[in-house]
Amino acid sequence: MNLWLWILIACALAYLTKLVGYFVPAKLLQSPRIMHIAGTMTIGLLASLTVVNALASGQGLVLDARIGALAAAAVALWLRAPFLVVVISGAAAAALLRLLGWG
Amino acid sequence: MSGGPAVPLKLRDSPAFKIALSLSIATGLYGVSFGALSVASGFDFFQTMVLSLLLFSGGSQFAFIGVVAGGGSGVAAMTASALLGLRNGIYGMQINAMLRPRGWRRYISAHVTIDESTATASGQSDPDEQRRGFWTAGIGIFILWNIFTAIGALAGDAMGDPKQWGLDGAAVAAFLALLWPRLKGREPWAIAAACALATILAVPFVPSGVPILVAALVAGVIGWFSHARMDEGLEPDVDPYAEKREHGHGHSRSGNGGDQ
Repeated sequence: MNLWLWILIACALAYLTKLVGYFVPAKLLQSPRIMHIAGTMTIGLLASLTVVNALASGQGLVLDARIGALAAAAVALWLRAPFLVVVISGAAAAALLRLLGWG
Repeated sequence: MSGGPAVPLKLRDSPAFKIALSLSIATGLYGVSFGALSVASGFDFFQTMVLSLLLFSGGSQFAFIGVVAGGGSGVAAMTASALLGLRNGIYGMQINAMLRPRGWRRYISAHVTIDESTATASGQSDPDEQRRGFWTAGIGIFILWNIFTAIGALAGDAMGDPKQWGLDGAAVAAFLALLWPRLKGREPWAIAAACALATILAVPFVPSGVPILVAALVAGVIGWFSHARMDEGLEPDVDPYAEKREHGHGHSRSGNGGDQ
């Protein structure tokens, strides 16, 4: 039940964030610092999410099949594969490594 | 570049419509993995659907379920999701400046203001094309994303242990794929590396979900002190190469620094 509450708050915040943009004077867009921080923060969050999903297990760090998924995805991206192919490569690598008994 | 005439254009001849449609299909299909992953992370069907229907921002949705899957609290999940969604506020400003929606349309367009709809619109120069691109991508993705979320959530239940299918690997790959196109040049790489390192260092010492916020703080501090004109981080989320391919990624709009 508690989780529902946070889900709904997250939904409200997501919508309000989008809506607030429509009521902000366009002038603010010209603040290079705000634009820049929006950019750096997105990179930081995505990098962190990648690492957490690849390595974290609760409060521990583990090397398991997910690291194979990370490597496979990196190779696919390097080869300029489309998004869906990258995701499928990650899943396939993790599934295959588990089939082989690792992670 | 559309540069199209102002005369009425057949929808299938509209470049923005085509871009929006292909983005809708690619993004919509990906909803399957959100649905399946969400159910695998312990969310029920209705919670999963509420996230796709109401939160409706892929990165934030994955962040929310990712934090909870890692054992994080609801408040940490909500915070990560809200932080990751901040860029949508900036998109809102851009779309408002471009399309000037009025009245109730403004409230609908806010809901479908996401990476892909904004990217499609800002890649066009003709106002009609911008409008077509934004609404087609926004509404198209909303419909398909929710249909496929439902399919993934229902199929996910019947799939057994999702790890056996590598679904956790799919999430890792998805986040890397979202990050990848933003890594242009040295500073983005440095930020990503610093934040990845900060995350690894933080994991053993703070509750799940908090390492992401530590990384956000690190990124914010770096951004505060290094605010040369940059425009990373505002690319479409789904197709890493669409921007370059479709819009000729470039520096043609140095005015607002937001949408290249």
